Amino acid sequence: MLILTCPNCGLAADETELSPGGEAHLKRFGPGSEDADFEGYLFHRANPKGVHFERWRHAYGCGKWFLAARDTATLEVFGTYPAQTTEPPAEIITRIRARHPDWSPT
Amino acid sequence: MSTRLATGGRLVDRGAQIEFSFNGKRLQGFLGDTLASALLANGQMLVGRSFKYHRPRGIVASGPEEPNALVNLGEAGRFEPNQRATTTELFAGLSARSQNHWPSLEFDIGALNSYAARVLPAGFYYKTFIHPRPFWKHVFEPIIRHSAGLGAAPKDRDADRYEHFYVHVDVLIVGGGVAGLQAALKAGAEGKRVLLVEQTSAWGGRAPVDGGDIDGTTAKEWINTALQALGNMPNVALRTRCMGAGVYDHGYVLAYEHVADHTPQTDAPRHRLWRIRAGHVVTATGAIERPLSFAGNDVPGVMLAAAMRDYVVNFGVSPGDRTVVVTNNDDAYRTAIILHQAGLSVPCIVDARPQADGELAMQAKALGIRVATGAGIATVRGGKRVTGVALCRQAGEGATTEEIACDAVAMSGGWSPVVHLWSHCGGKLVWDDARACFRPDPDRPPRGADGEAFVSVTGAANGDFALAEILPDARVEEPSEAPLLPVWMMPQGAGVAKRAKMWLDFQNDVKVSDVQLAAREGYESVEHTKRYTTLGMATDQGKLSNINGLAVLSHALNAPIPQVGTTTFRPPYTPISMGAIAGEARGDIFQPIRRTPIHDWHEENGAAFEPVGQWRRPYCFPRGQESHAEAVAREITATRTSLGLLDASTLGKILVRGPDAGRFMDMLYTNMMSSLKPGRCRYGLMCNENGFLMDDGVVARLDEDTFLVHTTTGGADHIHAHMEDWLQCEWWDWQVFTANVTEQWAQVAVVGPNARKVLEKLGGDLDLSAAALPFMGWAEGRIGDFRARVFRISFSGELSFEVAVPASRGRAFWKALHEAGAEFGATAYGTEALHVMRAEKGFIMIGDETDGTVIPQDLGLDWAISGKKEDYLGKRAHARAHMTDPARWKLVGLQTLDGSVLPDGSYALAQGRNANGQRNTQGRVTSTYLSPTLGRGIAMGLVLNGPERMGEVLSFNTVGEATVEARIVSPVFYDPEGEKQNV
Repeated sequence: MLILTCPNCGLAADETELSPGGEAHLKRFGPGSEDADFEGYLFHRANPKGVHFERWRHAYGCGKWFLAARDTATLEVFGTYPAQTTEPPAEIITRIRARHPDWSPT
Repeated sequence: MSTRLATGGRLVDRGAQIEFSFNGKRLQGFLGDTLASALLANGQMLVGRSFKYHRPRGIVASGPEEPNALVNLGEAGRFEPNQRATTTELFAGLSARSQNHWPSLEFDIGALNSYAARVLPAGFYYKTFIHPRPFWKHVFEPIIRHSAGLGAAPKDRDADRYEHFYVHVDVLIVGGGVAGLQAALKAGAEGKRVLLVEQTSAWGGRAPVDGGDIDGTTAKEWINTALQALGNMPNVALRTRCMGAGVYDHGYVLAYEHVADHTPQTDAPRHRLWRIRAGHVVTATGAIERPLSFAGNDVPGVMLAAAMRDYVVNFGVSPGDRTVVVTNNDDAYRTAIILHQAGLSVPCIVDARPQADGELAMQAKALGIRVATGAGIATVRGGKRVTGVALCRQAGEGATTEEIACDAVAMSGGWSPVVHLWSHCGGKLVWDDARACFRPDPDRPPRGADGEAFVSVTGAANGDFALAEILPDARVEEPSEAPLLPVWMMPQGAGVAKRAKMWLDFQNDVKVSDVQLAAREGYESVEHTKRYTTLGMATDQGKLSNINGLAVLSHALNAPIPQVGTTTFRPPYTPISMGAIAGEARGDIFQPIRRTPIHDWHEENGAAFEPVGQWRRPYCFPRGQESHAEAVAREITATRTSLGLLDASTLGKILVRGPDAGRFMDMLYTNMMSSLKPGRCRYGLMCNENGFLMDDGVVARLDEDTFLVHTTTGGADHIHAHMEDWLQCEWWDWQVFTANVTEQWAQVAVVGPNARKVLEKLGGDLDLSAAALPFMGWAEGRIGDFRARVFRISFSGELSFEVAVPASRGRAFWKALHEAGAEFGATAYGTEALHVMRAEKGFIMIGDETDGTVIPQDLGLDWAISGKKEDYLGKRAHARAHMTDPARWKLVGLQTLDGSVLPDGSYALAQGRNANGQRNTQGRVTSTYLSPTLGRGIAMGLVLNGPERMGEVLSFNTVGEATVEARIVSPVFYDPEGEKQNV
């Protein structure tokens, strides 16, 4: 059972306090978008063995959504950050690179 | 025969004799015995039959690795199958029964399987029961079901109680042997919060039996001193009878404590599940001795060498008078020496190694015990009990060189570290050639959130079997041990007849020949071989068999053992009770129940409740001898003709407020909400991004900045979460707040031709006339003494006011309505009447007409989809090719030709059959009821191109062969013009 720190209330929360929301940093494609773009937005999800960005909600806590960067293979957590962003903060990228020098965002 | 020795037994209290029963026979044991040791003390070596061949089986081990001695334990509400006799502590009145035999343990019909062993090879089920096809259902399956299964399933409700403990510690140490105690001393001295758990009732692990001196005292003394020191540390907690069951992400560990298994008379909980968050986990879980694979190694009387000396030293029990020891290592010599010292006969130590000149071997020889080197066991003689062994050369093919009469065999094939807890959360293993075992790979540990190892291993669990390795800083005196010789088959050149009698997995009856056959048939992966042969898949999860089986497979594949690899270790380490998992979550507190403010009235007035999410809502209110159907019909008639009252408090109520509230509402709903005027209500539909309908309800605009969203009862929480998701993660710059106020209000639907009259009779300051408060309007004010919001909305088709009052006033308001409504025959109605009335009106119900694949267009709700809006959630999806396909199943009404009620879930049949031979379909029933208003069955359904096929008659299937004919009609069965609600 994971522990993730909610960036809104600062609590290190057990996974049972959280609800998962799938891959983070998706770009929404709305009316007028191409079929392929919409399909990708709606259905295609990364499932990496390694570095992954995820949406979580502190459902049994403050109720806020936040994002987490973690390694799905080793369960290392590189950091959590507020959901109101389109890309991971620089310090989290630095932490990821320290562990995975070859890693680059796709 | 096995028996109780005259003296000895460090764990039993010879002054406390207790009575128990086995298969109805009354037997005696001592306090401190396990069921296994007590059975052995009573000469009961035969304890069960094997699963597949029903071969007689005896006790093999002395701990949780025991594969054979599984019993049905207890009676009635305390009955539990598959309990290991070796870990069951004896108590007065214990009652156990052996398993897997019919009619009796001594004489078992199923043992005939043993003679058919040649035709029951690995993968037998897969190979045999394929053809002819119909035989599976009528012949094979009933027979297999009769003979399969281990113990019997309990029939009574569990009489015991269980509980959970939540604990946070810096260091959790699993295993209370010397290694675990040492780790606890160290962590405790560092001031850390330490929890040390030990699965048995005694501390010290193997050391009290196996000996060795530490810093000038005996191991036993050292253990006592350590326990005393730990007891004086306030930061250290110790628990016996508490097994580390599983290690999970980020230092989460489950431990399983047998609190009262051995004292069932007390009122303590039987088991306790510890839910531990540990900063660091030390596994000091020891090692398990491996059997040797020789022909007849499953005959009762063949035991693990260390288990045999456990029974002598710990319980004062002799497993046999004449014991042949067979080994590939020095450790088993300890057994020979202990047996000899207990006055028992050891005719021979059979050592597979060419030489035996280690310190222990020399000690044994000095005692006059014969040692045969380079030797093996050709076969074990005996059926229900060992009568002798035939010796052979280990290097040969098994020609008998000598017969030795004996009644027990002690075997040791070396030791396998217990790496389960290390492996549960991703720790990897390395193969240690010198010690012939897998041990934890310190370079590939389970990692925590910080990316660092959170589990470490100490002692035998790490392959460090000697005390000197466990206590490098102490002065240890113990005999040094010569290296073992890996022996995976005895003799190494055994022919097929012998290999078919060498058991690997005793519980699932898997032999060396089965694994070799799997390899010949092309199974290369250990995971596939496991499933094909069922090796290691029994309740012991291969604690004795996995490494031996893996070695046999690797030989058969001619690949090194580490290349073949192990199967996956999964929690729990040994089975834990379902009761412990459930803890206190049973009966009334299985889950929280949500009650409306009017709930007590419903209970007092005989409501028949149904669960709706976590709510309990009245289904109907039967009076006297009324059936539910009769009650529903009465409630509907009363409502349609005069006055009905519905507790609608569970309806979801979410406030959406802010300067951008209108813009946000337009994104949430398919229709236009921003144009709604304050004081007015509008029905709306919510879709997800897939375009599928997820919720519906009436929105009221409270003021320019504020909307009150009504959701379905089950939808309130997830719709609120859905709103927050979009606001927080996509449109975070929009100025909108939401609040779920569902429980702040009690809501009552006042329904029927006399609805206005009863509200006007209560008085207040509201003008409820049609002119002042028209259909789909709302107003705020006072009804009687009650501050209220009144919504003129109708889900029944009648004149209807939904009145919301503060939750604390709900019960009083409900009572006032009944009192004022008495003259109109005010009738409380439940969810079933609500459903029937909405179906009579053709109103859809989320979850009936929708199932997560239905779009609003399927339900004829195109009118509620705005064409003007640039965007709303689901709009892009509605443009996908499949969604715009005109040939979709669409909502219609269905009316049976004979007036009967269509079966729920019934399908409209089409011509022909599909690829699976099933009838093609062209629609299905989504709602079906008996309408008391119309006196016949009514239904709604989704039918291919339904609205264009009005008047057509379709056939619907039933559970039997018969079909029911129904005509496609309008879904609005009652008051199609809506004259009744709009008055």
